[in-house]
Amino acid sequence: MEIYELTVHELLEKLYKKEITKEEILTSYQNRINEKEKDVQAFVTITEEEAKEQFKKVQEGNNTSKLAGIPIGIKDNICTKGIKTTCASKMLENFVSPYDATVMDKINAEGMVTLGKLNMDEFAMGGSTEHSYFKKTKNPWNLNKVPGGSSGGSAAAVAAGMVPWALGSDTGGSIRQPASFCGIVGLKPTYGLVSRFGLVAFASSLDQIGTLTKDVEDSALLLNVIAGHDEKDSTSAAKEKEDYTKALKNDVKGLKIGVPKEYFGEGINEEVKASIEKVIEKYRELGATVEECSLDVADYALATYYIIACAEASSNLGRFDGIRYGYRTKNYENLKDIYRNSRSEGFGAEVKRRIILGTYVLSSGYYDAYYKKAQQVRTLVKNEFARNFEKYDVILTPTASNVAFDIGSKINDPLEMYLADLCTVPVNIAGLPGISVPCGLNSEKMPIGFQLIGKPFAESTILNAAYTYEQNTDFKKNKPEFKN
Amino acid sequence: MSREDYEVVIGLEVHAELATKTKIFCSCPTEFGGEPNTHCCPICMALPGTLPVLNEKVVEYAVRAGLATNCEIEQNSKNDRKNYFYPDLPKAYQISQYDRPLCKRGSIEIENEKGEKRTIRITRIHIEEDAGKLNHDEFGGGSLVDLNRAGVPLIEIVSEPDIRSSVEAENYLRKLKSILEYIEVSDCKMQEGSLRADVNVSVRKKGETKLGTRTEMKNMNSFRSIVRGIEYEIDRQIDLIEDGGVVEQETLRWDDVSGRTFSMRDKEDAQDYRYFPDPDLVAIRLSDEYIENIRKSLPELPESRRERYIEEYKLTEREANLLTASKYLSNLFESTTSICGNAKAACNWILSDISRILNEREMEPNEIPFTSDHLAELIALIEKGTISSAIAKKVLEELFENPNKPSKIIEEKGWIQISDEGAIREVVLKVLQATPQSVADFKAGKEKAIGFLVGQAMKETKGKANPQMLNKMFVEEINKM
Ligand SMILES: [Zn+2]
Repeated sequence: MEIYELTVHELLEKLYKKEITKEEILTSYQNRINEKEKDVQAFVTITEEEAKEQFKKVQEGNNTSKLAGIPIGIKDNICTKGIKTTCASKMLENFVSPYDATVMDKINAEGMVTLGKLNMDEFAMGGSTEHSYFKKTKNPWNLNKVPGGSSGGSAAAVAAGMVPWALGSDTGGSIRQPASFCGIVGLKPTYGLVSRFGLVAFASSLDQIGTLTKDVEDSALLLNVIAGHDEKDSTSAAKEKEDYTKALKNDVKGLKIGVPKEYFGEGINEEVKASIEKVIEKYRELGATVEECSLDVADYALATYYIIACAEASSNLGRFDGIRYGYRTKNYENLKDIYRNSRSEGFGAEVKRRIILGTYVLSSGYYDAYYKKAQQVRTLVKNEFARNFEKYDVILTPTASNVAFDIGSKINDPLEMYLADLCTVPVNIAGLPGISVPCGLNSEKMPIGFQLIGKPFAESTILNAAYTYEQNTDFKKNKPEFKN
Repeated sequence: MSREDYEVVIGLEVHAELATKTKIFCSCPTEFGGEPNTHCCPICMALPGTLPVLNEKVVEYAVRAGLATNCEIEQNSKNDRKNYFYPDLPKAYQISQYDRPLCKRGSIEIENEKGEKRTIRITRIHIEEDAGKLNHDEFGGGSLVDLNRAGVPLIEIVSEPDIRSSVEAENYLRKLKSILEYIEVSDCKMQEGSLRADVNVSVRKKGETKLGTRTEMKNMNSFRSIVRGIEYEIDRQIDLIEDGGVVEQETLRWDDVSGRTFSMRDKEDAQDYRYFPDPDLVAIRLSDEYIENIRKSLPELPESRRERYIEEYKLTEREANLLTASKYLSNLFESTTSICGNAKAACNWILSDISRILNEREMEPNEIPFTSDHLAELIALIEKGTISSAIAKKVLEELFENPNKPSKIIEEKGWIQISDEGAIREVVLKVLQATPQSVADFKAGKEKAIGFLVGQAMKETKGKANPQMLNKMFVEEINKM
């Protein structure tokens, strides 16, 4: 096995046994980027020299963390001091943040080395990474397919072995759906577990930073680094630090799993459905009890999500006005022109569509019918989950109703694209933790994933359930083929 | 019909900057001045990815203001975003409060022009952040944004339309200012814009119950322009109605130089601010205990000080009113009195000469450079006859320039009163010789002539002669002649 194929915990084991060196790890990944990036197009910025420099400093600084020197990839909406943070937008094409996001402070404190900034849908709005201003990232399993989104660059880079793991952000499924499309593990923590300070906001009440990793153990390892209260984020939870790797027990005996019937009706792909049914069988075999349950309000979750997310986005993206930083039009005679033309030229079509939607639902006369109503439904969705969690420890669903689709096939049909988020958005609306785990390939050898949803701050429970499944199946061994 | 046939209806929206050390959502200093963009950070500059964290002091100060103006305190409050584009507003939204302000339904008592008591109701007090400042290049080079003020905490105090004249508006604002100073939540420096008001004015025929259409004058920051602006608007609106026209609801700019209001048509038609709860901030929940602790910590308010001054120091109602209008003057009075024991003298000095100098120099009472020790000593020096009151006035001027112990000042300047009988007699004889007419007048029964003679002697001694001794000696010498 090549170094770039190993998980981080495997790398750590080999380092411990002195079978490899940290230099070899860095070199292996950097070589892999040089080899595969032209096909996959996962990076907005590759920080080859900076990474070497950073690596040298970490080595000289005698950082005692076991993760010191381990590489990582960062989604390009997480602020990195001195390295461009573009949000894959023309608006921030040359923007360099003067400060590090809180998660970057934590990553840097561990001595981890940033290999680059990863592609995404512009401002995290989309589910295919086709809405990037810079490039279209390809799915490593089949280069004609999308990697999912919006953290498509992060998922593709991990799947292709260009980074051992990556950070992404998840507002409606932006970590879990691309993880599922690329055959890796994607974890969206409970809202408030990871600081949002330094994450360029899309929808503040839904956004959460999470991990994209090759397996579940790596998710627990990376979550240990990034979780924790932050005074700079008022919505961050004051929770005791936990060691999530301790939760991985390879045992689900007695675990109660609910499977909402609403996710297996019309619209779900037959192969995906069959694959999820096998997952259910596996859990039963391992000693868990699995029952059908219902999530009545699931039907309204998607509409609720798009109203809340767009409303918040329309306000959050107001600061990109061409005045202080970012893109400014050359074509203006007065202030109004600067605003209108900078924003018309600087934002892509999908971003503009959502700003307009969000502006509409907040405007006077429509607020009660849309935004206020959506907040009421949000409460119903939360209650519905809470009701289910009285009976079940975790809820199991497909991560997406289908596998990765062809590049360009949905770009002109926003509604179809929005439907791809059906299984993942309720989790964000309720602020719950969710994890996507690979569970096989379809007949075209494209990965399928399933999702486990937990109670608030029950990351340990879903990580253990995911780990137990992974340890007792072989799907982790599947490797992408870069098919053309 | 004439002006007497109309009733004037005024409401004020007062913005007061809070005297917290740091801004409302970041830890930048609130200090006034500084080079442009030196009191700011990624948060108040609204860089991508930054988040606000509410300064708890801001809530505390707003609750103080609410309790001091008899408001109910909202125990379950929140912050909302007010969305609009302007270059001085870096986030393109102002974090303010929409439907759940921290304080509501309060009132304060004022007096009208006839000395009658009036209650002005306060609709609400909410917290919000100030915007930055645009510096327009006079030479056409565009505008530059200074974000030093961006994120400075404000409270907005909204009154009901209970005010009926420009005098009431002024008295209301003065009262509000003095309360905010007393409870130390704002330094209320109007020239620096830390206290400013939006003034809503409408008129209606007497007896009419429906409100007339109002106009709003924005950002007024002196008592004088508020009074002039209101008077101008009343006349303009009545003239318009009398001529058969209608008042249009609009925002106006008061121009002090031309003494008239201008329509601000460029400020957009009807703004839709798209208020919604700020998802970056959590609900503000206040316990009964928290509110009670603040209530207990409130200092004595002007109302009760006023009563005490009349009772304890035997001041007149007018004197007590004037002194308590400013917390600084009131404190100076109390402290001076406690040192020198002469309340009447302390009151007189503060209300006459000190107030006159403040006015002349356009200074705020809190800018007085000397202390109550200085003033008390000055009063004692007069009582002891060391200096005359004429000299004392010169010492006071000097105290404003170079605050120092008055005894030091008079020593350095050689202003000690001449009480030496021989020296004074010498001056008296000199004056009498030079002004035979006055001597004749006095002998002819014109008592006033003595005043002239004393004045001449004072001139001769540069004010240093003891006036009582002069008086006595002139009478003695003339009688000898
Ligand atoms: Zn700041």
